[in-house]
Amino acid sequence: MVLYLKEFKIKWGMVIDLDRCTGCGACMVACQAENNIAPPVDASDKRYSLTWMLVYQLSNKQPYPNHDVAYMPRPCLQCGKPNCVPVCPVIATDKNQEGGIVSQVNARCIGCRYCMAACPYHARYFNWQDPVWPEGMEKTLTPDVSTRPRGVVEKCLFCHHRYMYARDKARIEGRDPNALNEGDYIPACVEMCPTGAMVFGDLENPEHKVHKLSKSPYAFRLLERLNTKPQVYYYSKREWVRKQGDNYLEHETVGGV
Amino acid sequence: MEEKKGGTSAGGVVLPFLLGFVAALAFGWWGVPQLLYSKKTQPLVFTHQNHIELYGMSCDDCHSFRRDGSFSGLPGNAKCGECHSFPLGDHPDEIKFVEEYYEKGIEVPWLVYQYQPDNVFFSHAAHREYDCATAGCHPDVGSSNELPVYYENRLTKYSRDTMKMKDCERCHATVAAQEPERFAGAPNACQICHK
Repeated sequence: MVLYLKEFKIKWGMVIDLDRCTGCGACMVACQAENNIAPPVDASDKRYSLTWMLVYQLSNKQPYPNHDVAYMPRPCLQCGKPNCVPVCPVIATDKNQEGGIVSQVNARCIGCRYCMAACPYHARYFNWQDPVWPEGMEKTLTPDVSTRPRGVVEKCLFCHHRYMYARDKARIEGRDPNALNEGDYIPACVEMCPTGAMVFGDLENPEHKVHKLSKSPYAFRLLERLNTKPQVYYYSKREWVRKQGDNYLEHETVGGV
Repeated sequence: MEEKKGGTSAGGVVLPFLLGFVAALAFGWWGVPQLLYSKKTQPLVFTHQNHIELYGMSCDDCHSFRRDGSFSGLPGNAKCGECHSFPLGDHPDEIKFVEEYYEKGIEVPWLVYQYQPDNVFFSHAAHREYDCATAGCHPDVGSSNELPVYYENRLTKYSRDTMKMKDCERCHATVAAQEPERFAGAPNACQICHK
């Protein structure tokens, strides 16, 4: 259980440039295909659809000439101090592996949904129905990701199986699996992003782009004042976008230039 | 005396109880495993020892790592067919392999003693410094010409010799105690083995 900030030598993280994101939704599609999420019966029913990666639309709510929108992809933010972990009664979710990815073992989950209530980002989803693949489509399943039955909670794991395979490849090539190069391991959503809005890497490694980007004055994290310390950063040069990252008062100043 | 009388009658009760207890233990320890597991034999005779000792092959010739770090596992027809695309000897199982599997393009349904459930991620690359058989993971097939009997659990359909989670955990904890920095203090973090 994690009630305190756990420090890791490797912290996999993402920096998402909201000025580059066009809201195309390729990341959502890539995620669903990679992680064996069955096509929903009714995708418009948000109570029953599983969207580990979800693109939100932000608006500055100004009239026409000044109107502006932004799109915000939201994976699991892999918090440094995750709220979901200490509430789990069966330790189905934990943050204890090098890399700082919050784990979720579906076979262990009892479906009590405390973690969903605890997560301030709505990044966790409950399986209300057993997944059903249309005939023939089961051939598209990723063999490295197990499918989940109904009655368990699931969430984004930064495509953890890709991490494991990147480590295996490094081992066979005689490199240190704990010192992966940038690009050795990237989740499906980052790989698929057509505008390069998402950058993935080790936040603690100065050779990785995310290390520098996350320290930019334009970078911010969602609901930062809750002190959950997410490993996903957002980046925008537009102040109104940064302002929507947390519940700021009307005339309160926001970080950045 | 009342106490003595009670003692004798108790002796009469103890004997059938003991017999029943022994019978229950015998059923539990000997009978249940007989009922629970069905015995299966491999579809073909395969001799590891001959391949190694007579023909000078090494384990890596068939069970190799791919360049992306994944493990090839059992060789398929293409690999076996490099030598056995036609019968080299007169063993009936070799002729059966060529005629019924290789020429028809059907892969041999070998029984794997160690297949893990779907939610387990196992990396051979991470464990390659250990010997397959002596580390306790696989039966020692390399030094004999016999393949062991495959015991299938009638209820779960898993092999009896599939490694149990407690065995994985024990070794991870022991090794991590010797080299803590390699495991960063979490040798049994769930997601290391689960997917």
